[in-house]
Amino acid sequence: MTDFLQYLGQSTRISFAKLGRASYFLLEILAGVLSLFARPRLLLKQLYSVGVLSFLIITISGLFVGMVLSLQGYYTLSDFGAEESLGVMVAASLVRELGPVVSGLLFAGRAGSALTAEIGLMKATEQLSGMEMMAVDPIRRIITPRFVAGLISMPLLAALFSAVGIIGGQLVGCGLLSVDEGAFWSQMQAGIDFKDDIINGVIKSLVFGFVSSWIALFEGYDAIPTSEGVSRATTRTVVNSAFSILGLDFILTALMFGEH
Amino acid sequence: MDNRVTPPNSLVSVRNLSFSRGSTKIFDNISLDFERGKITAIMGPSGTGKTTLLKLIGGQLFPDQGTISVDGENVHQLRRAELYNLRKRLGMLFQSGALLTDMNVYDNVAFPLREHTHLPESMIRTLVLMKLQAVGLRGARNLMPNELSGGMARRIALARAIALDPMIILYDEPFTGQDPISMGILVHLIKSLNSTLGLTSIIVSHDVHDTSAIADYIYVLSGGKIVGQGTPQEIQQSDSEWVQQFMTGAADGPVHFHYPAKDYVDDLLSSGKRY
Repeated sequence: MTDFLQYLGQSTRISFAKLGRASYFLLEILAGVLSLFARPRLLLKQLYSVGVLSFLIITISGLFVGMVLSLQGYYTLSDFGAEESLGVMVAASLVRELGPVVSGLLFAGRAGSALTAEIGLMKATEQLSGMEMMAVDPIRRIITPRFVAGLISMPLLAALFSAVGIIGGQLVGCGLLSVDEGAFWSQMQAGIDFKDDIINGVIKSLVFGFVSSWIALFEGYDAIPTSEGVSRATTRTVVNSAFSILGLDFILTALMFGEH
Repeated sequence: MDNRVTPPNSLVSVRNLSFSRGSTKIFDNISLDFERGKITAIMGPSGTGKTTLLKLIGGQLFPDQGTISVDGENVHQLRRAELYNLRKRLGMLFQSGALLTDMNVYDNVAFPLREHTHLPESMIRTLVLMKLQAVGLRGARNLMPNELSGGMARRIALARAIALDPMIILYDEPFTGQDPISMGILVHLIKSLNSTLGLTSIIVSHDVHDTSAIADYIYVLSGGKIVGQGTPQEIQQSDSEWVQQFMTGAADGPVHFHYPAKDYVDDLLSSGKRY
């Protein structure tokens, strides 16, 4: 019993200490954001590796998710003779939920894990420490550009995911199945609200981009600088990002759409 | 308590320094001085916290007690901006080189110049080529860090460390894992850079032979204490058994060959249960 209490106390203390370090780390990142505008090249390079390099996985996944949504939606909707609503169903699911959430999960797996591994290895090979000794703040020089790049990329990737998904849904719905193309688009246009659906989706993806970039960068920066430590940190990035994205999605959905 | 007077020529002075990691005491109330223009070596077996001392001097770690002052400034009382200003005058050569792996040799050496100066690119090019020439690797400027041998990486790191013309260079185990030729080159470089650039060098090393060949003064550390100090000649003739063992590399002596353990026979005959 005492052992258990001791264990509980200790792990709580360790978690809170980590949360404290992570919060301080975030403050330091944010403090460097303004100075980043003076050096846009640093940001551009990271936008490429965090954002552009995630294009392919996001596009392909978006296409397939849209196609599957359309197939599944059609069978359910046609039971009620409502297959004309396929367009709005596909678009609402994508823009509100699947776009931000699935692209967030893919982003954490593709870009987040890469960020953690990169920063962790920089720490293990003393590159961060070397920078400090050269009087260069590694957080400003290395971490902040990657964080801002993640924050900018995520909504764009989520939008791309939703757009490609809608095209996939249209291909299956109007090509493979027999939904009228005019009804597909016009119902979508009538049913999707700019503020309620699109803006809320963008807010979600911003939040997910913020959280998963933060987690990925912190885990890398806080990693034990050995090969095992970096590998564990990378795993934690993917797992913690996934949990945070799914948990936050529920909270945000409840806040945004709860009253309808 | 060591309250000796700081010699007038001391550029870096460490006073009554104590530092521990967890329950292990790494330094126990030690005082050292590093004279301007000299090469001072800190020697001792692996694990005596030699690298830790460099990190303390560079302000990356905080001491439990005591002060470290560099060029008259107390390192651990400086504000962040002042500390960064001080670090611009400190070059550190990491054991691994710590080159940035995503840029080539040229950009690595240019890195501190681009970060801290607003020099035009043509001027930076001239400076980088001069620094690379000084370490004999001007021809390697387009290689990436992963294409360099260990010795070359260390020389590039040295070129980067002198890019901003620092007043002090801290060398962390510069000779470890080098073949005889690279070793010879590094020994020569450290010596010649110190005299031509008017630097002050602090070398942390356990390489007795090559370090005593270039050092002006040597501190020998063990178990958190200074066990010997003096010029290389004085150290060679030290009457401390410990220093003698370290300098000659005898397998047994005051430092035992065996890590502390229970009695050998008892251990062999015990059940082998893990505890």
